[in-house]
Amino acid sequence: MKEYINTGNIDTRSGFGAGLTELGKKNPNVVALCADLTGSLKMDEFKANHPERFFQVGIAEANMMGMAAGLTIGGKIPFTGTFANFSTGRVYDQIRQSIAYSGKNVKICASHAGLTLGEDGATHQILEDIGLMKMLPGMTVINPCDYNQTKAATIAIAEHEGPVYLRFGRPSVPNFTSEDTPFEIGKAIKLQEGSDVTIIATGHLVWEALEAAKKLKENGVSAEVINIHTIKPLDKEAIINSVSKTGCVVTAEEHNFLGGLGESVARTLALSKPTPQEFVATNDTFGESGTPAQLMEKYGLNAEAIVTKAKKVIARK
Amino acid sequence: MEELVTQVRRDILRQVHAVNSGHPGGSLGCTEFFVTLFQEVLQTKQPFTVEDKGEDLFFLSNGHISPVLYSTLARSGYFPVEELKTFRLLNSRLQGHPTTHDGLPGVRVASGSLGQGISVAIGSAQAKKLNKDTHLVYTLCGDGELQEGQNWEALMYAAGNKVDNLIVTVDYNKQQIDGSTDDVLPLGNLREKIEAFGWDVLDIEEGNDLDAVRKGMAEAKSRTGKGKPVCVLLHTVMGHGVDFMMHTHAWHGKAPNDEQLEIALSQNPETSLGDY
Repeated sequence: MKEYINTGNIDTRSGFGAGLTELGKKNPNVVALCADLTGSLKMDEFKANHPERFFQVGIAEANMMGMAAGLTIGGKIPFTGTFANFSTGRVYDQIRQSIAYSGKNVKICASHAGLTLGEDGATHQILEDIGLMKMLPGMTVINPCDYNQTKAATIAIAEHEGPVYLRFGRPSVPNFTSEDTPFEIGKAIKLQEGSDVTIIATGHLVWEALEAAKKLKENGVSAEVINIHTIKPLDKEAIINSVSKTGCVVTAEEHNFLGGLGESVARTLALSKPTPQEFVATNDTFGESGTPAQLMEKYGLNAEAIVTKAKKVIARK
Repeated sequence: MEELVTQVRRDILRQVHAVNSGHPGGSLGCTEFFVTLFQEVLQTKQPFTVEDKGEDLFFLSNGHISPVLYSTLARSGYFPVEELKTFRLLNSRLQGHPTTHDGLPGVRVASGSLGQGISVAIGSAQAKKLNKDTHLVYTLCGDGELQEGQNWEALMYAAGNKVDNLIVTVDYNKQQIDGSTDDVLPLGNLREKIEAFGWDVLDIEEGNDLDAVRKGMAEAKSRTGKGKPVCVLLHTVMGHGVDFMMHTHAWHGKAPNDEQLEIALSQNPETSLGDY
């Protein structure tokens, strides 16, 4: 299998911005709404190119979600942009009733997800958003891992009919998937073959999973690394196939263990193939101020944490 | 039209009585408005689709008055009148609060959790501008519903962005579940508040008089396209048409029993349209 190398650090939100810019040029029905965070969401270029299709709603996220639902009735494909916290928890009922239950084709695009928002602290670092969104019937939930994948996901969700939650982040992180990797909603990507343990990761933790696999290899452990970018619908087949070979699994995500990817994997395995599993995730806690790297270390969301959990789960086989 | 108003009132009463639940008060108070809207105001295209085909759109924000919506839709040909028998029953398209989930013609968005309809209406109105469609977007919300903050986000947005192809009607009956709006959470001077937000506001003082509603809605329509969103304060009486349900919040969300139904129906006698 190919070895993934970091071609340069860049933020995933810029991948969203680039994807949206491309969509704006090729699909006249794509419109964008933003709640006073145009620069933070990297939506400036779309706004400059298509001012008539860009809706600045101010600091009023509830109205933004309702407006997005209304725009779909006129045949538009609305992309809403704000931080993950304000894209989900703040407007849960608006999403639930006007978008999800009403079956509206709205793309909820959420930046600054998780701890890696950094210094702003816990008021802005949502670690519950995947759970909130995956519980909504009909909602697709996507957490891409790097710039290229976020750009590809942004473009792909415009073609998908139905509500989507797209989660990405603020910090510069390794860009390691190739530009031409096809993005298929609901399809896991096997990044590395292995036989001793399966590491299933999403978002910023995917690069950490690859780093962990290198360290494990130095210790004679062969890790299989699977990138789950679509948490719902989940690629159950890819998960079951891999753990059938390795017999144990570590899930890794920048999210609370309650409600996250790990729980979805655990349910899949409990129903089809009960398997020892360890969770790299936050432990039912809020975040705090700090640099992204400091926070990921303190809360156990990096390559070292994955290595530790991998050794632990292998011992449980 | 008068006959249809009476028949819709009979339908409302019979729907909520049959399942011993639902919201007759606001439904009865808005009957003249719904009949006027669907019979005379809205320019729609049939068959109904959720997607806008270049037509007037209507959104009900205060979804709990579903009985009046369902009856008016059925009596306007959106679905068979007999289907009113299924109101609030298992497997029905006529859910307690309106939804698109089961494909009921006439409903484009779910409502029930309050305060969301104006935002949806604004979005669809903005889509119309992008589509160069000159039809209008109408929505109805309750007055108590204006206690929800999202409405004020929406009011601010619509004025600030000159969404002037939109008419928001407020059912101004001054009652909500727990009592009068003045007792529960005073709305203050609604007209001045909404005008201060930058809207063109007009009152329909006799919201239970067909002529007044007809003229008022025509006036509202004439004020669109002039750079401001339009708001109609529709002064109604909750429970209108049934004497013991009027001027009280008691029948906001309570169904009549057999005896009460009989009295209520006697005040709204059978019409040539026939009960479902």
